[in-house]
Amino acid sequence: MFDSKQFEKDAAEIMARYDQKKAATLPLLHLVQEKIGYIPPEGEQWVSEKVGVAIVHIREVVSFYTMFRTKAIGKHHIQVCTNLPCVLRGAEQVMAYLKERLGIDAGQTTPDGKFTLSSVECLCACEIAPMCQVNDRYIGPLDRAAVDKLLQDCV
Amino acid sequence: MASEMVLSKRLKNPGGAWFDAYVADGGYAAAKKVLTAMTPAQVIDEINKANLRGLGGAGFPTGKKWSFIPKDSPKPKYLVVNADEGEPGTFKDRYLLERDPHALIEGMLIAAYSIGCHKAYVYIRGEYIEPYRRFVRAIEEARKKGWIGEAVQGKWDWEVTVHRGAGAYICGEETALLSSLEGGKGFPRLKPPFPAISGLFASPTIVNNVETLCCVPPIIRNGAEWFAKIGTPKQGGTRLFSLSGHVEKPGLYEAPVSVTLRQLIEQQGGGVRGGKKLKAVVPGGISAKILTAAEIDVAMDFDSLTAAGTMAGSAGVIVMDESTCMVKALLTAAKFFAHESCGQCSPCREGPGRLYKIIQRVAAGQGRRQDLDVLLAVAGNMEGKTICVFADAAAWPIQSYIRKFRSEFEHHVETGTCELGHAYAHH
Ligand SMILES: Cc1cc2nc3c(=O)[nH]c(=O)nc-3n(C[C@H](O)[C@H](O)[C@H](O)COP(=O)(O)O)c2cc1C
Ligand code: SF4
Ligand code: FES
Repeated sequence: MFDSKQFEKDAAEIMARYDQKKAATLPLLHLVQEKIGYIPPEGEQWVSEKVGVAIVHIREVVSFYTMFRTKAIGKHHIQVCTNLPCVLRGAEQVMAYLKERLGIDAGQTTPDGKFTLSSVECLCACEIAPMCQVNDRYIGPLDRAAVDKLLQDCV
Repeated sequence: MASEMVLSKRLKNPGGAWFDAYVADGGYAAAKKVLTAMTPAQVIDEINKANLRGLGGAGFPTGKKWSFIPKDSPKPKYLVVNADEGEPGTFKDRYLLERDPHALIEGMLIAAYSIGCHKAYVYIRGEYIEPYRRFVRAIEEARKKGWIGEAVQGKWDWEVTVHRGAGAYICGEETALLSSLEGGKGFPRLKPPFPAISGLFASPTIVNNVETLCCVPPIIRNGAEWFAKIGTPKQGGTRLFSLSGHVEKPGLYEAPVSVTLRQLIEQQGGGVRGGKKLKAVVPGGISAKILTAAEIDVAMDFDSLTAAGTMAGSAGVIVMDESTCMVKALLTAAKFFAHESCGQCSPCREGPGRLYKIIQRVAAGQGRRQDLDVLLAVAGNMEGKTICVFADAAAWPIQSYIRKFRSEFEHHVETGTCELGHAYAHH
């Protein structure tokens, strides 16, 4: 299912922006993840060939950054901030309620593949604490009603 | 105070982000003046006179940093914008990227001209997807309007590449950011050499924070004296303070750097939430040492906060009221540092994880007599021994929370319970 042809045009554009090939590593990995949903071994191989770096280094890069993943996740990725400013305003209760509603723990995906729940560090939106990121969007402040609404909007 | 606002007037107007609105507010006049009527040395002189200090956290004088770029180097010179905002309690750069992207672009252009740079990179934290999109849109506008590209104002060629991070707090540290931008893991590098001598692709590089660069156009427009006068004799201008935690009105507030912590909390923040009593404040992002309620009559400029034994850092002000359990607050901070060490240096690879485990034990009511001293000893061993100051920053909360709120920690250890009735939840 990994077909590098679907990336070639975007890849050429990305690589043209950098003074050195290797600097395109992160944007190319983002590209693979955007299109496929995660970074499969073939994706690592493809990036490694593009930027001219051994695949072991690409693997290390993938595992260093929290946003890169090597497995598929749920359609809606709910990342709850559990850093101090959010905790001061109730992040733990929000997390507990999400676990209860979804029936999963942080780090898990619902059996229907709809939701993945994660606990993350400060997303730098502490003015809307407690908050979370759902795919591209920041949402907060959260209470039970806001969580209910957020889940409903996903369905 | 209102007449002295440098950045927030435009931030209040979310519709004012785009090119025409920016120009209507006087935008790009400073860049035009610089490119057509000033030499790089004159610009640097003006920035020096304005007493602009780096607002990413370290407070290094910006003009002085720019002057470190070797003029005779045959290598390309780079400007790298640090938009990897990640310091817990801080959200100012997100507002600037989203609501005043052209101010950043104009500041970048002036900086690029001043240091002889024809290629700039903007490193935006990966989670900032909407800010990234808005900033890229502004870049495209600026290119169309002739402010990016060849012969800008008939004078300067420059290009801008916008780069996204991928989730690693340490990449906010400038040398880690460069390692990451080059395509590797976000590993900090030993300094010296400083980036101004050998930075991106081993070439002379200036790394500046978003807010620092956004201050540059107003300085050129209104004059260095104007900017300098707003602040203290050693730090000009204002800062964007991120107020979070137990205040009535969390949010972003601009104030002259000489504002006191009390004024920020009581006036801008609307006081402590629900009329409760203040207990403690972290004044400069989670890494800064904590202050007690009795210590808030301090000015928020870099030098005053250093003199008070803490730091101005990122200007992220985290407020805690009397209901806050300091053990739990420290537990949350320790979790962060245990998660974010890059693992290159042994004291920092082992230390934060160990600290977190011990505090978990204390918070869970299973603390041992010696635990507090062990915490202080482990933290002490992390200071001043590593490639970057992350390890020191991880030690500061431990030391300051325990020293200033020792009896609360002792109560947890001795009785296994929290006086304030907090339960410990594991994430
Ligand atoms: C652990 C650590 C994290 C940092 N995070 C950031 C950050 O998120 N944003 C930032 O601008 N500077 C950050 N800095 C400071 C940078 O290293 C650097 O001083 C700054 O980007 C320089 O720009 P300035 O002089 O304009 O402030 C961090 C430093 C350390 C040690
Ligand atoms: S101090 Fe910590 S974060 Fe900094 S380089 Fe060493 S291991 Fe990495
Ligand atoms: S602590 Fe949650 S966004 Fe900053």
